[in-house]
Amino acid sequence: MIHFENVGLRYGMGPEILRDLTFDIPRKSFQFLTGPSGAGKTTLLRLLFLSLQPTRGLIRMFDRNISSIPRDEFPMLRRRIGIVFQDFQLLDHLTTYENVALPLRVRGKDETSYRADVLELLGWVGLGERINVLPPVLSGGEKQRAAIARALIDRPEILLADEPTGNVDPPMARRLLSLFLELNRLGTAVVIATHDLSLMDQVEARRMILSQGRLDIYE
Amino acid sequence: MSDARATDRPPQDAPPERKSALRVRPTAPIVPPGNVSGNALMLVIAIMAFLACLTLGAVSMVRATAQSWQSEISREITIQIKPDEKLDMEKALADARDLALAFEGTTDGTIVDKTATARLLEPWLGEGLVLDDLPVPRLVIITIDEQNPPDFAAMRKALTETIPQAYLDDHRTWVDRLVAMAHTTALIGTGVLVLVFSAMVLTVIFATRGTLSGNRHIVEVLHFVGAEAGFVASEFQKHFLKISLKGAGAGGLLAATCFAVAGVWQSRSLATPESDQATAMFGSFSIGFSGYLGIAAVMIIVALLTTLTARFTVMRTIYEIDLIRSDPARIDGNQA
Repeated sequence: MIHFENVGLRYGMGPEILRDLTFDIPRKSFQFLTGPSGAGKTTLLRLLFLSLQPTRGLIRMFDRNISSIPRDEFPMLRRRIGIVFQDFQLLDHLTTYENVALPLRVRGKDETSYRADVLELLGWVGLGERINVLPPVLSGGEKQRAAIARALIDRPEILLADEPTGNVDPPMARRLLSLFLELNRLGTAVVIATHDLSLMDQVEARRMILSQGRLDIYE
Repeated sequence: MSDARATDRPPQDAPPERKSALRVRPTAPIVPPGNVSGNALMLVIAIMAFLACLTLGAVSMVRATAQSWQSEISREITIQIKPDEKLDMEKALADARDLALAFEGTTDGTIVDKTATARLLEPWLGEGLVLDDLPVPRLVIITIDEQNPPDFAAMRKALTETIPQAYLDDHRTWVDRLVAMAHTTALIGTGVLVLVFSAMVLTVIFATRGTLSGNRHIVEVLHFVGAEAGFVASEFQKHFLKISLKGAGAGGLLAATCFAVAGVWQSRSLATPESDQATAMFGSFSIGFSGYLGIAAVMIIVALLTTLTARFTVMRTIYEIDLIRSDPARIDGNQA
């Protein structure tokens, strides 16, 4: 589904943040992306999310070379990708329900067609009682779960999550992990960027370890 | 996915009967309807629309007044007859009037009698003037049809032939000067109008962009959840159209009210010294139907300007986000 070949990225004239990355993310796969702070995990996720373009190398996504895709086609590609940002990126003036429903709303869907699904997912991530609450009132963990629910709501083909369990307690982290596994079982490829070794130890999954801009993969 | 969630519902979820009590609030607009910067923008738009409408009305008043000066002075011509021992002045005055009125394009003729002539000279020669003792020229005022003026050259020739002491003044020198002054006044007014409009356009553009910069994160989130640029732009357009319509409406209506109140005051205080003075200085406060139409046009222009600025700014923001995508050097290197 996603193929990186000799991908490198640098900011301006600085050193290469990512070097010679060559890997595949197959359909329905599950992997952790880990490495020390500053290794380039967020940058790699941004490359995967099409919010950065590499300075060298080739990226193929959904069978298309992304360097040849016109600008106006990127929204359609992004709709096939779910992303959980490390800083959540929730809109403070919208309720939890409205934030989670946002991807469906921007696709022009009628509210009555998705209301039940959004409420069900919010119940699943433990926010069933917080549907009318605005993000500034939510705790860090609740914001995290709302961001995860927003990324999942339209059944993306691949889910990218940047430290998705960084602000939740261990029981909630396990619960979110089971949600990601369930999603993966239903066909979504999952990439979880995390420092949390205990989280990774709970699942036998591929590990992509970034260190000094280089990537090692342990199947 | 819904089947999976149904079979694997976590135990700490609230009971179904409690959940059903929770109702989703009516969906809020994607762009927040009211905040401090939005209200400030509305105020800026209202003030600028008010000033622009006021200037527009004032300039149209100045143009109308200049036009009326020009028209009043060019509506009349004067025949001046110098006294002569051989001349019967009263007969000459009557002959001159009749001769002038014989020409096509004249509508009325009035002989300025001795009393009126004495009154005209009073500021220089004092009261109790006996005209018979002085060789004072006498005047005949002829009113002409402005649209179809008589042949002044032919009239002048005929008068000189009949009454050699007669001199026809068609006020051309004055009319030319007044036309030049009226044109200058109208030009200055138009210049002021252009300046005020330019200031309004720039203020509205910068204020809209300033307000939008506070909402950049909304544009980014919408972009990243897969919204197309047109969708994001239309959401912001709707929001800014509402703000600008309210602001421009308030400013325009206030300006229209000012003109209406001034017009009513002027018509109610006709023939009073205050009204006469104001009329002499500013002309009529009435801006007419076209003036109010102009105010409505200003309101529409301001609303369109704000809306288009919002659209272009949002499109540009999205373009900048994509520029960062294609050129990572545009952001700092602390993203890893």
